Amino acid sequence: MSATEARTAALKVEDLEVAYDVRGVLRPVLRGVSFEIRPGEAYGLVGESGCGKSTTAYAAVRYLPGNGHITAGRALIGGDDVTAMGAEDLRALRASRISMVYQDPGQSLNPTIKVGKQVAEAFAVLGASKEEARERAIEALRRVRIADAERVMERYPYQLSGGMQQRAVIAMALACDPQLLILDEPTTGLDATVEAEVLDLVANLRDETGAAILLIAHNLGVVRRTCDRVGIMYAGRIVEEGIAGEVFDDPQHPYTVGLLRCLPRRGAAKSERRLDTIPGSLPLIGTPLPACVFEDRCALASAECRTALPTASHPRPDRTVFCHHVDRVAELVAAPVTAAAGEVAPGEVVLQLEDVSKTFRQGGHEVRALVGVDLELRAGETLGLVGESGSGKTTLAKAILGIHAADQGGVIRLDGETLAGLTTQRSADARRAIQIIFQNPDSALNRSKTVRSILSRALSKLAGLSGQAADDRLEKIREEVVLSPRHLDLKPRQLSGGLKQRVAIGNAFAGDPRIVVCDEPTSALDVSVQAAILNLLADLQRDEQASYIVISHDLGVVRYLSDRIAVLYLGRLMEVGDAATVFAGPHHPYTEALLSAVPSVDGDPPARIRLEGEVPSAIDVPSGCVFHTRCPRAIQGTCEASEPPLVEVEAGHMMRCHIPIDELRRLQATDAG
Amino acid sequence: MLRFLIRRIALGLVTLLLLTVIVFALSNVIPGDVGRQILGPFAPQESVDELNQRLGTDQPLYTQYFNRMADYARGDLGESYASREPVSKLIGESFWASAKLALLALLVTIPLAVIAGVYAALKRGSIFDRVIVTLSLAGSSLPEFVTATFIIVTLGVSLSIFPVLARPPDGADPLTQLYYLAMPIMALVIVYFGYIARMARAGVVAALEADYTRTAVMKGLKRGVVIRRHVLRNALLPTISVVATQTGYLFGGLLAVELIFNYNGLGRLLVTAARDKDLPLLSAGVLVIGIVYMIATLLADVLISILNPRVRLGEDG
Repeated sequence: MSATEARTAALKVEDLEVAYDVRGVLRPVLRGVSFEIRPGEAYGLVGESGCGKSTTAYAAVRYLPGNGHITAGRALIGGDDVTAMGAEDLRALRASRISMVYQDPGQSLNPTIKVGKQVAEAFAVLGASKEEARERAIEALRRVRIADAERVMERYPYQLSGGMQQRAVIAMALACDPQLLILDEPTTGLDATVEAEVLDLVANLRDETGAAILLIAHNLGVVRRTCDRVGIMYAGRIVEEGIAGEVFDDPQHPYTVGLLRCLPRRGAAKSERRLDTIPGSLPLIGTPLPACVFEDRCALASAECRTALPTASHPRPDRTVFCHHVDRVAELVAAPVTAAAGEVAPGEVVLQLEDVSKTFRQGGHEVRALVGVDLELRAGETLGLVGESGSGKTTLAKAILGIHAADQGGVIRLDGETLAGLTTQRSADARRAIQIIFQNPDSALNRSKTVRSILSRALSKLAGLSGQAADDRLEKIREEVVLSPRHLDLKPRQLSGGLKQRVAIGNAFAGDPRIVVCDEPTSALDVSVQAAILNLLADLQRDEQASYIVISHDLGVVRYLSDRIAVLYLGRLMEVGDAATVFAGPHHPYTEALLSAVPSVDGDPPARIRLEGEVPSAIDVPSGCVFHTRCPRAIQGTCEASEPPLVEVEAGHMMRCHIPIDELRRLQATDAG
Repeated sequence: MLRFLIRRIALGLVTLLLLTVIVFALSNVIPGDVGRQILGPFAPQESVDELNQRLGTDQPLYTQYFNRMADYARGDLGESYASREPVSKLIGESFWASAKLALLALLVTIPLAVIAGVYAALKRGSIFDRVIVTLSLAGSSLPEFVTATFIIVTLGVSLSIFPVLARPPDGADPLTQLYYLAMPIMALVIVYFGYIARMARAGVVAALEADYTRTAVMKGLKRGVVIRRHVLRNALLPTISVVATQTGYLFGGLLAVELIFNYNGLGRLLVTAARDKDLPLLSAGVLVIGIVYMIATLLADVLISILNPRVRLGEDG
């Protein structure tokens, strides 16, 4: 590479403006985005949905939807202006110099064509013969650490796991040895352990190929682990740019500060503090914002912010911030956190599970999705369920809800009364007592009804209320879930995701439930909205003495809400204990690996534990301790021979492991140091 | 694949069996006995009884049904009550007449509709697209008898371009036959074009917006390759099942068109048989339509499974 080439940016975006044509009116989405990715550099674009990070990436490769137009500015890839390219040049550029990896690999692969053929296509387009393309496709699959590449070549996408699909997409993306690799939420929807593997793979391949990377992600931990530099986007502009770790540890723009303070990070728990939220909401697409884009939500905003566009300032080396009040951002950083409104002491045992199992039949095989689970839940307490997909979290929640009946032999008791297996066989009181909040509030809300009639129906169905009593209660619920009176007359589609989730929560609380199952309650929401919902859940729990069962892949969320944590693997409880204890350790080796896999916005520990392979099939579980096949600490001769019991290793801390707790403590202390 | 086929065929046979039961039950719901129907209102009761005895129609319903099934199993379709001719001969003649009409209609409709639908999707929002969408909606909203009557009145009666009766003279050459069949074919095409074109268009629009198409474009494939290899295959899967179902329907839908154009096909035969309470003819005719329907959907499923590995390999979830 000559000296001039080395200086040409892999991607240079200059004052890029993009607008969407909505019924004849051009609505701006990008309002002048500029940044540069040097050759071999990894750059992350961060921001909440609607901020324009994906639009930026797709505009840079000219793959905008039919109504999207680049209205000003340029995007240069390796010095060539993409915005001025003809169709054939653009095609050649895509074939040989840039590649993309997408969210949801299952959808990104053609369902009717074998994986091998699809990977080979990427080589054929570069001029390889059919035979040669096939050979190189096998090679490419090996390069992304697929051991039995020949076999995978012959598979159809649906026959591969999500992690394998994403590897295949990455193999395809690397075919042309791209100058620029664009990763669009590449690990969203994947399990934490698979996410860690994919990110490791990307890091290794980056070292090998020297490709520059543009990463779009809403998960700040993923960005911190992968990127050198990061640009924080808000409403179609980059508001802050700098070195990833430095920006997250020492933010200098009011929005970045706000965003980071919304996150339940550094072990925050509901008993200690409320989460900060950013007041107001994102401006609607197309709103004219001539001055500072963040002005109407910013605590520092002054008259100047409403009239003039802020210019670049550099409060730190390698940092660019667009704010009129950079000098006052320290005030926001130093603002004290709001203390929790008071802690609740857990009450009586509400829910008791004894030896609960669930076996499915699938093609003549028995699938033991849940095996001998014993658990207790007290009034006002939150139990967090943690584990990879297939660990039995959802199966357990469904058995408690009575969506499917647990196997004979196990007992589920509510307030000491044994519950029937299916919800239809349970009493109205028992049904009312256990409610659920879903990840996607749309699935729980009738689209054709107003919020008022949705809540009224829940009140009459669950609480048996009507007339004035129902109206009074409706008003109380509305206040509790912080909806304004005018929201009551809107339909779900007229509400934002956060507001819809508030309605769904109001719905669940209509009948004074004893237990609410929260299944990924904030996974579909932006961080600032997530914070408000988590605060709401904590408040409701305190006021209503409700117990929660929280399922989430986001360990920060689980930690924030939970009093106790249960870790599941292949349907078995591996570890149960107080949230603080489980997170502090000593951990079960599986918990240890899970915690280590999750990328943290605060940076990763120096040594990480990497889990090899995928969760074994529940049809054919490993002998002995079911985790021994992937356990980095397995003891040869013991762990494959017998399954350890779940025993209390210290006060209130249960674990299923052959290694004594003191040994675990010693091992984990050594590794951490 | 083989297991899939066997399962499908077995399922089809069960459906046919159910069909015979339903036809049998329904035709016996119509009041009046068969002997009286054939001999007319003035025949003496003795002759009626005698005829019923000979035909077996005096026996209990289930005995009649089992006798009929036993005959079918031997490959004997029985005799028509009305004309005393073998049912197989009557059905055979009119079946081929109908098949000729249906196949010709499909031969015109499928390529026309698929091409129009695909092209409309590729030029989405254009004038061509809007015309296709409007026309296909209008065409398939009208029942066959309205379309057929309209065509007869305009092209046949007013303009006298085509013969009003779709009955080519015996031994006519293929071109003359086509000339006679032009109007019924047109009526069928107008109705079925809409279904197929709209399905093809919707499939292509969905596939063009799919993530895998984005992957293909970003790989740098030429637009033609993207469309041929990645879009069409996925896009036309739903169209194939619509075509198959329509083929089955077409045979049923022929009824109105055949009546209006006075064409001696299966549809007309069945109407006559139902009116005459000619049970052997009616049940055999319905059975034939059922078999056609079954074969059409089976072929579609096989074709879909060849194109869609998920179905072929018999896995789900």
